[in-house]
This record gives sequence, structure tokens and C-alpha cells, in this order.
Amino acid sequence: MSTATAIVKPVMPERHYLNDNYGIRSWLLTKDHKRIAILYLFSISFFFLLGGIFAALIRLHLLTPNGELFQADTYNKLFTMHGVNMVFFFLIPSVPAVLGNFLMPIMVGAKDLAFPKVNLLSWYIYMVGATFSLIAMVSGGVDTGWTFYAPLSSGYLRTHVIAMAVGILFAGFSSIFTGLNFIVTVHRMRAPGMTWGRLPLFVWANYAASLIMILGTPVLAITLILLALERGFHIGIFDPKLGGDPVLFQHMFWFYSHPAVYIMILPGMGVVSEIVTCFSRKRVFGYSFIAFSSIAIAVFGFVVWAHHMFVAGISVYSALVFSLLSYAVAIPSAVKVFNWTATMYKGSVKMDTPMLYAVAFIGLFTIGGLTGLFLAALGLDVHVHDTYFVIAHFHYVMVGGMVTAYMGGLHFWWPKLTGRMYPEAPAKLAAIVTFIGFNLTFFPQFILGYLGMPRRYWAYPPEFQVLNVLSTAGASILSVGFILPLLYFLYSLKYGEVAGDNPWQATGLEWETSSPPPTHNFHQIPVVTKEPYAYGEDAEVPVVH
Amino acid sequence: MSTSQTTTTEHHPALAHQFDSMEQQQDASTFGMWVFLLTEIMMFGGLFTAYLIYRLKYYPAFVAGSTSISVGWGFANTLVLIGSSFTMAMAVWAAQKGYRKSQVWLLLATMVLGAAFLGVKAKEYYDKWDECHIPGHVIGKGFNTWGGCSVTNKSLGNIAEEIRDPKHHGNPNIPEGAAEQTARQTEIFFSFYFAMTGLHAFHMVIGLGLLTWLLLRARGGEFGPSYYTPVELGGLYWHFVDIVWIFLFPLLYLISRHQHGV
Amino acid sequence: MSENSHPTPGLYVLILLALVIGTCLTWGIAFVDLGIWNPVVALTIAVIKAVLVILFFMHVHYSNKLTKLTISAGFFWLMIMITMSLSDYLTRSFMLR
Repeated sequence: MSTATAIVKPVMPERHYLNDNYGIRSWLLTKDHKRIAILYLFSISFFFLLGGIFAALIRLHLLTPNGELFQADTYNKLFTMHGVNMVFFFLIPSVPAVLGNFLMPIMVGAKDLAFPKVNLLSWYIYMVGATFSLIAMVSGGVDTGWTFYAPLSSGYLRTHVIAMAVGILFAGFSSIFTGLNFIVTVHRMRAPGMTWGRLPLFVWANYAASLIMILGTPVLAITLILLALERGFHIGIFDPKLGGDPVLFQHMFWFYSHPAVYIMILPGMGVVSEIVTCFSRKRVFGYSFIAFSSIAIAVFGFVVWAHHMFVAGISVYSALVFSLLSYAVAIPSAVKVFNWTATMYKGSVKMDTPMLYAVAFIGLFTIGGLTGLFLAALGLDVHVHDTYFVIAHFHYVMVGGMVTAYMGGLHFWWPKLTGRMYPEAPAKLAAIVTFIGFNLTFFPQFILGYLGMPRRYWAYPPEFQVLNVLSTAGASILSVGFILPLLYFLYSLKYGEVAGDNPWQATGLEWETSSPPPTHNFHQIPVVTKEPYAYGEDAEVPVVH
Repeated sequence: MSTSQTTTTEHHPALAHQFDSMEQQQDASTFGMWVFLLTEIMMFGGLFTAYLIYRLKYYPAFVAGSTSISVGWGFANTLVLIGSSFTMAMAVWAAQKGYRKSQVWLLLATMVLGAAFLGVKAKEYYDKWDECHIPGHVIGKGFNTWGGCSVTNKSLGNIAEEIRDPKHHGNPNIPEGAAEQTARQTEIFFSFYFAMTGLHAFHMVIGLGLLTWLLLRARGGEFGPSYYTPVELGGLYWHFVDIVWIFLFPLLYLISRHQHGV
Repeated sequence: MSENSHPTPGLYVLILLALVIGTCLTWGIAFVDLGIWNPVVALTIAVIKAVLVILFFMHVHYSNKLTKLTISAGFFWLMIMITMSLSDYLTRSFMLR
């Protein structure tokens, strides 16, 4: 804890996980969780770019009301591919597979995850899924919407549904293995002294997300298998013409896909917890409340799925129950928002880039979450279901929430992953540009939806054009906000300032080892004696860049 | 902490680098297998949920479909699988005790019983193919419930008739039209029959693969009191597959066997 | 994991016998008309058989709390899926007045 660190310039450690072994085989056959995290970083960045390109095409098409850019069938493929790529191949793996894989063992004080070979397998399974998805895309794409509702997907469309379903199936298994690894690691691999009450909130968040991964994803697996069987063998499981029940597909699909949104957001909330406390120089407010709220979200998230089906013909009594429970599930999320705010209150807040993203998350997630309550109200949902209101809602939580948190986390832990700092000025600019672009893109969509513009429509009434143009303008700004980090992160790999072990003066085991860490994480397994987030009057102010 | 025979300076050759002790490794691996079985419970569970909903919706059809599959073979198969669970549990015991020859024979017995189960399943699937009870119109001559499909016996497979035939626990009071409609609806029963037993059989094939691998390692003398985790994990997987069948048997084979519903 | 925390072969044989008897019972009772109780009895016996396999063949009786919690969680989640899905289907025909 010497203040001499401000005077001595940090140097890169001589040997670390990136240069310990050279050659493509050392990467493709690695068992090191940190290298696997980097492999995932490349994969999901590719799909983020791909999904983003589809989004750009959608927004360009929607500049005019008459659908002049693409034909209707093509437009259907665009929004389907955007959704599938973003949800299954980017959002669900993003924080767990990149930041989680990298940090979880270090944060609990272990040498690696419990099952390193299973970890590598999970990346390969992801890549197999990605391959199927790309094959489906290149063969002409899928146009069912990312929700694959039967019987449209199981009998009526001539597109490559089965290939895409297989791709998603594999991506799902990849996440199951990641979740399994995390759960066993947290239960059985903690360092001496690392009690549950001393775990970083990032660990709690990923643990809760992992519970969802292993309990929910298998139901998606069987749903996709049944869909493929129906499509391949013309049997009537979901097709009413053959005696099946289309609502059953929705039940089975949403049983996974609703908890899936909590798989996506919980790790992001974990990132925000870590960033907010570090950049407020203050112990997080209500540690146990935040920790248990993560578990509560994971559990409650499983009993609300039919709020996606309020207008599908389910029983009104069942809908009432699901609506009530959907209100309940908002409470633990609200607890977190209050606690983060209370952490910042009277803290010594420093608005470095990670904190910009974290604060943006708190605001944007709150808006997204509250609009979710609009949708949970039965009467209101009848009006706004399948409109742009829903689209705006989930983009606020997914992009304004999750992607923002992911970007914040990438910036926060970039020095740990690479040993180098990103350049702060372009980073701050990118954060602000992203915030402006995002709100300009999606806030008009709340209004559009409320006014009645349906989703997944390739053309719209001309009176909606102004709002659509605003939205597209926002999207072009947003894309700049996402391209900038790609550029300066790459730049930082060669020209970035060497970061040193703990450039943020943060607490946590990952900051007590070198940047980048050695292959075995620690030179000596730590023994934990401190409570988490021991920021306070005796904590140091971070080194100014 | 560890009561194994390894010294403090030597690592057991099977100790993986991320673990501190064989005990931690066994603990974590067993827990990991249980978490994996949890995912399997949910996957089969999804299928069971869908089955349940359709059984409630098309109950007479499910009765008819259930009556048309062989309860004798199902019963025999259940006993075979329970027997294989027994030999598997014994194999884990033998591995833990270090009895090399016993573990090999017991693993082999488990595999033989498992293969027998699959053989019976193949026979049952063949019978259904023969009677044209495979749902959809892709495999075989297509689904039909009025018989005449089987090359061995033209009178087989007439579900509409069986529904009204007292010799098949049928009820002659049911009108012909209703019986025909119920018979057509059995296609959904058979969809679930094949999906559930098919998924189960797929897991058994994987199980046989795992057992083969364990057998080879057991023959090499790898397992003993200080390290038998893979056999234990294989046992957990195999018992799970057995439990799935314990539920499949009554749910598929024993729906209202005493009489067709009205 | 101490040596006497595992079942003996004798116990395994007993469990096997119980499972075989349970299977025979299930099969036999299926041919007796108990009306609505047939599936209840069949599933109850199946649950008992599954519990025996879990507790003794899978050593859960001798395992730690975490294992028992994990299995309970699994069945609890399965019950959530089944009951809440059924709660839709079974209440559709109730009339709102």
C-alpha cells in the first residue's frame, strides 16, 4: 500500500498467460480459463458486429414508410438474424464467457475453473453452433423472428429453420457447460478464508446467472428438438392442423427465454456493482441485499414467463398470476438500483470511463425495467404487445443495460486482461456518443409503440416516419459509439500505457495479481482475511491518468 | 484433510492441476455430475410437461395408443434396466474396494443388460414400423390406424377396431366414428412415444459409450480406493437414465390398461 | 469420505428386490380398475422406486447437504414448470362472471 506507486512507472510482467506459450495449438488446445475467455472475446465480438450490421440494415430500411430498401421476406430475415445473433451468440455469452471466465477463478482465489477441459469444450460447442448459424444465414437466412413461433416455424416457412435451431441448440449447451463450471467452482474452489460473505458481487451475479443457465436452457433444448422433429417429420406437436397446440410452443419457449433475459442482465449487474463501489471509493451499500437479490431474480425469473403470452389465448386466471409475479420480480432489481445509488451517495465519485458506463446503466436500466412493468400490466399489454413499445423496452434493458455494463466491464478490466490501459479521452467520448446515440435510437420507439406501430412490420403508416428517421439517426450515432472502442482497444494493445497490477486502486483478488496475470493466476494462493470492498478513509485515491 | 495414501510430496497421478487434493477433486467432480443431471431432469422434464398436457387433451387417444404397444416388452425392459442399475452400483462398489476383476465383470454385465434393453427397444420400434404407427409421413409407408400395413399379419395395427374390441380391453359401446377419430389422434401419442423413448435410448447409447471407456480403464487397473471417481460418475449417469425409464414405463405403457375409456 | 459411508452389496440386493417388486406391482395393478387412482398408484410406485435408486444406488443417503439440496432444487424446478404450465390449461374453461 505504498504511495510510491505514483512515482515508479509500472512494467509488464515478464511471463504471463498471453506469452507463456506460443503457437496456434497452445491457444486452440488451451485449458487456461483466461485464454478461453479471450477466444470467446473474439467470437462474440464477431457476432456483435454481425448483429449490428443487421440492425443497421433494419434501421436504413425503416427510413421510409413504404419499405423501399428490402422486400418483405428479406426484412423478416433481417430482424430474425439480428435477434438470433444478438441474443444467442452475443448477449448470453458476453459477460459470463468473457469476463466471467477470466475473472471468476481469480476472484475466488482458485488456479482455474473446476473443469478446464469442459470450459474449452464449451467454446468449441459454441463455435459449432456459430457455424450452423452462419450456414443457415449464408443459405438464405431464417425469417421466423428470433422467437421461432410454431406453426409458422415448424410447417409454413421454407427457410433454414432446422439448421438455425441446431445452431442455437449448440450455443445453449455451451452456456450450460459454462454455468455448470461456475457453480462448481464457486461452491468447491474458493481460497482459504473466502467465505460466501466475502465473495465479490460479480461472483454472486454470475453464480445466480449460472443457476438460470443450467435450469432453463435444457428446456430450450427440448423445445428446439421438438420443433425440428415437427418440421422434419411432419408430426403435429405444435401445428393445430395436425392436432398440436401452438401455445404449448410458446410456454416451452418462454420458460427458457424469459429467465434467459436474466442470464443476460445479472452478470451485467455484477459488473456495475464492482465498478460503482470502486469509483465511489466506498464500500457497497447493502452487500447482502445485492447478493441475495441476484438469487431472488434468478428464482423469481422462472415463474413469470407467460407474461409474453398475455394475448396468446392463455387462461385469464393464469395471466393474473403471471402478471402479479412479474411485478414481484422487479423488486430485487429495484433493490439493486437503490443500493448502487446509496453507494455513490457521499462517495468520492470519479467519472472515469467505466463509471460513465455504470452510471448510464443505472439510469437506462431503470427506464427499461419500469417500462417492463407497463408490459406486465394485463390491460396495458393488450395495447402495446407486439408494438415498438416492447422493442424499446427490451433494448433499454439489453443495450442500455447489458451492453453498457459489458462495455463498462471491458474498460474496467481491460488493464487486467491485457496489461495496458486504453486511452481515456477517446473512451470517454465513445461512452458519451453511445449514450446519446442509444437514447436517440430507442426513446422514439417508446412513442412509436404507444402510438400503435407494430413490430416486425416492413412498412408503416407515413405519420410514423419522423420518429423512425430520428431512430435511424440515433442508430448511426450509436454505431460510431461502438466502433470507437474497437479501434482504441486494438490501438492500446501496442501503444497503451502499461497498467500495473492495480491501476484503479480497486479491492478484489484480481487486482492483487499482476496485469496480465500469470498462467496459474497467483504466484501463491491467497488467504482471504478482509471483507469485500474495503474502501474507506484509509483507501488510496486512484492514480490519475 | 485427505485420508488417501499419497504422500505429501507426491501427487496422485490422476490429480488435476486446478485441485489441491484428491478429496476436493472427487467432491467437485461428483457435484459437477449432479449439476449436469439437473440439466437432464429439466430437459426430460420439458418433454414430460408437453406429454402431460397432451395426455389431458387427448386422453382416449393416449389410452388407445398405450394399449397398442407391448406391455410385456416394456415390463421386461424395465426389469432389465433395473438389473443393470444393480450391476452398475455393484461395479462402483467393486471399484471403490479395488477388486479389479469384479469391477470389469460388473461393468460388462451392465453393458450387456443395457444392450439387451436397446435390442428390445429396436424390436418394439420395428413392430411399430411394421404396423405403420410411426407418426408423420416421412418414415415407412406413413401413419395409418386402420391396419393392413403389416406384412406379417394384416390384422395388426387397426387401432380404430381395437378401441371397440373387448379382447383388447376395448369398449364396444363407442361409436365407430368416435373410435376412428380417437385412432387418428393417437398419432400425437406415438410422437411422444418415439420422442421420449428415443431421447432415452439416445442417452443409453451415450451411456454404453461411457461404460466402454470405463471398462477399458478398469481393465488397466486404474481404479481403487484412492481413485474411483470416474466409475462413480458413470454410475450416477446410468442410474439417472434408469430413473427416467422408471417413469416412462407407467406413463407410456400403462395408461388405463384395464379398459379403454368411453 | 470414510469407508463405512457406503452401502454394502447386501443392501444393494435388498434395493434391487424392492425395485423388482415395485415393477411387478405397477404392472399388475395396471390391469385392475381403480378408476382415477390408477395413474396415481402407478406414479407413486414410480416415485418410490426413483427415491430408492437416488438414495441408495446413487449414494445420496450418504452424501453431503449440497448434493441433497441440488436434487431437491431439480425436482422443485420441474414442479414449477409442470404446475404453472398446467395452471394455464386447467383454468381456461372457468367462466368469468
